[in-house]
Amino acid sequence: MPKMLLKELAHARSGDKGNTVNIGLFPYNEKDYQLLKEQVTPQRVKQHFGEMVQGEVIRYEVPNINAFNFVLRGALNGGASRSLRSDNLGKCFGANLLRMYVETGN
Amino acid sequence: MKSVRIGAGQGFWGDSPFPAIDVVKSGNIKYLACDALAELTLAILQKSRQKDPTKGYVEDMFFSLLLKPCREMGVRILTNAGGINPEGAGRMVYELARKMGLKGLKIAVITGDDILPRLGELREMGINLSDMENGGDISSIEDRILFANAYLGAKPMVEALEKGADVIITGRTADPAMFLAPLVHELGWGWDDWNRLAAGILLGHLMECSAQSTGGNFSGDWWNIPKMERIGYPVAEVYESGEAVLSKPEGTGGRVDLETVKEQMLYEVHDPSAYITPDVVADFASARLEQVGPDRVSITGMKGKPRPDNLKVSIGYSDGWLGEAALRYSWPDAMKKARKAEEILKKQFKVMGLSFEEILTEYIGYNSLCGTTAYGDGEDLNEVGLRIAVRTRNKADAAKVPRLLPPLALNGPPNASGAGGMPRPRELIGLWSVLVNRAEVEKQVQINIMEVE
Repeated sequence: MPKMLLKELAHARSGDKGNTVNIGLFPYNEKDYQLLKEQVTPQRVKQHFGEMVQGEVIRYEVPNINAFNFVLRGALNGGASRSLRSDNLGKCFGANLLRMYVETGN
Repeated sequence: MKSVRIGAGQGFWGDSPFPAIDVVKSGNIKYLACDALAELTLAILQKSRQKDPTKGYVEDMFFSLLLKPCREMGVRILTNAGGINPEGAGRMVYELARKMGLKGLKIAVITGDDILPRLGELREMGINLSDMENGGDISSIEDRILFANAYLGAKPMVEALEKGADVIITGRTADPAMFLAPLVHELGWGWDDWNRLAAGILLGHLMECSAQSTGGNFSGDWWNIPKMERIGYPVAEVYESGEAVLSKPEGTGGRVDLETVKEQMLYEVHDPSAYITPDVVADFASARLEQVGPDRVSITGMKGKPRPDNLKVSIGYSDGWLGEAALRYSWPDAMKKARKAEEILKKQFKVMGLSFEEILTEYIGYNSLCGTTAYGDGEDLNEVGLRIAVRTRNKADAAKVPRLLPPLALNGPPNASGAGGMPRPRELIGLWSVLVNRAEVEKQVQINIMEVE
């Protein structure tokens, strides 16, 4: 199955609230919404981040703006002001999600 | 149809004030709302108030640069720069305005968000103060609490505007409420007009992070964003119906289009169909965005649901210390050298009897920002920085970590160079969220107006 980097298909921005990170994922083309819906599942996102995300991953579909919102619990090493990480605010989680490969099917 | 123009002046404490001047001078606005408080800013301000009881508010060049142009252009300012001491901020702005000769300027100070002195009382009343995120019992942190502030809504600010305030200074207030308040005041929206209130909240959410809706921090084709050196902060024209057009001042850099606006729309949002604020629960999933001109995006169709009975209270507590240091290594075998240095340091921690709650190692150039999603093993990199960070209850132990690194340049693997000197230990702040019945908070809210003589 041909694969493609998610970065080629979508842009993403992440932010923090407490120990939770959220990632907005925005396909460049409306036609890729369905593909991303099938490929970028909460399970795959959880697996993609591995031990960086301790809690559950929830996905909200936001079709009015052709987007998805991922909520990653326990993702920030205790929260921005408690975290030991360089990226204590989780600003890079969006870019990190775009490193995932998706199967394009053709 | 009646309408009003509002602008954004600040996205956080430390943001550039110059785009705010563009918004005031060429945004054709009547109101400028400025967000100075991130989640953890109150912790920093609490420290400054501990050192000097007259401080504890956001002190930057903002007011000295903006007060005069705003007065000249008839722009009224709303800001949460009051931090943990809105009265202190009010006095500071009053003095500044007096020195500038801004006679007749009305400064409103809103207090009542601070509930730290009442935590014990609230607990006795049976209010559940367990952490919303992890369910922890408040007794585990109560001797370490630094601040406890409720998020207030737009109502006190609207009242201050009705009383003629030119500058409104608050402490903790829901960020988008600072943008909602002038809309309610100017356009006469009712407090149960959930759809319009929700429209104001979405707009506030799009504007509260300054340039993040006009091309800043944009992850798409960011390289095509024009004139980032003079990026425009958002301005909006909002109609009585709740419909609005988001744009930026003429001649400024940045880009307002569906892509840049959408990225901000979901920023720090959890359930997009239930964005909870003190004034309304906004349904972002109902909004329609449309490009209606160059750098102009219209927002219509917003729906809202009734406001919550409780207000969110954010409690900050001291939670140990971070000690850190970094060292860089060059090719060849940069990664191997960094790993060896890490091994040496961990052995030295043991010899010194240092035991830490957590040790985090990052390899700068390999995984310090991408963590577990890094590609490859980093073995062929030109250079690698080793960053080691520890968590401890003991500040002195945290301070020992950076001192161990410089000797490694002579005593450890070859080709080392320092990185970032000897950072001092940083206090870690835990955040704890609870819900408190709004009546308990609202009964202590006060508005005090001073007129500059």
